Amino acid sequence: MVKYIVPLAIFVIIAAFFAVGLRMNPNYVPSPLVGKQMPTFSLPSVTDPQNLVSSEALAGRVSLVNVWGTWCVECRHEHAFLLELARAGLPIYGLNVRDDRAAAIDWLARLGNPYVSSGFDPEGKAVIDWGVTGAPETFLIGSDGTILHKHISPLTLGIWQRDFVPLLREHCGPADCPFLAALGGR
Amino acid sequence: MRVLPKLSVVWLAFVVFAWALGAQEGFDDPVLNERYRELIHEIRCPKCLNESIGESKAPVAADLRREVRRLLTEGASDDEVKTYLSSRYGEFVLYSPPLTPTTFVVWAAPFALVALGGLVFWRILAARRNQPLDEEPPP
Repeated sequence: MVKYIVPLAIFVIIAAFFAVGLRMNPNYVPSPLVGKQMPTFSLPSVTDPQNLVSSEALAGRVSLVNVWGTWCVECRHEHAFLLELARAGLPIYGLNVRDDRAAAIDWLARLGNPYVSSGFDPEGKAVIDWGVTGAPETFLIGSDGTILHKHISPLTLGIWQRDFVPLLREHCGPADCPFLAALGGR
Repeated sequence: MRVLPKLSVVWLAFVVFAWALGAQEGFDDPVLNERYRELIHEIRCPKCLNESIGESKAPVAADLRREVRRLLTEGASDDEVKTYLSSRYGEFVLYSPPLTPTTFVVWAAPFALVALGGLVFWRILAARRNQPLDEEPPP
């Protein structure tokens, strides 16, 4: 009897490791930036190169920072939802990465522009400070400039309600975040 | 049969071209170049799971290699480069993570398993030693 207990115990331990490990998402890499002050940046605007988009513009309000590019198919996928968020009153700032300016301007003209403004980062230099690995990536920024949440992959209503809304409820009231009523869900 | 030499010429041209592309990225200074080569193979590409930024063709890996070159040109030490990248991308990007309470298990596990294996081995040996010679088990 005892003879069988040891192999059984080993099997159970290994099975437990697999049960947990195989359910994990190997693409999920936690960002060390969450909970920290957002990196400062200052980039020329996509639509107006004379104008600078800088991190100072984000101060004092809850906002989103969204990494996008016209080469990014999944960005197109989330675009309609970003427009919906913008319509509800959430300020969204874009970081346009490794893109062609004319293509980016055309994209915004054709599909609509959800961004207050978008910084133009053709060489992907500024986004390194944000720990960006690709697009789309979305950061939720608190009114004090801390990064409250980072989301990799297209934003959807389901993800918004599951991951963003609870944080927003915690960090801002209906007065600061009127868009919560529109997109806060039930 | 005639096709083979032609193919191998194309292949050779391809290899030389790829090698030339890769070589462009290094430093002229051999010491600095060696440090650069070592560093980019110690830093994991944050997008591609099991490749270093030296091996990966992902755009983010190219950006990070460029960032490593910039830091080395500015005179940063190897540790400074690693801290710079891990403060942005997390300890995930370091192939040998520093010893912290969270990574302790990873570092200790191999030693613990070798010790456990040794213990089992020693116990088997001890059990055999006690076996009288004239009472050998049936085959």
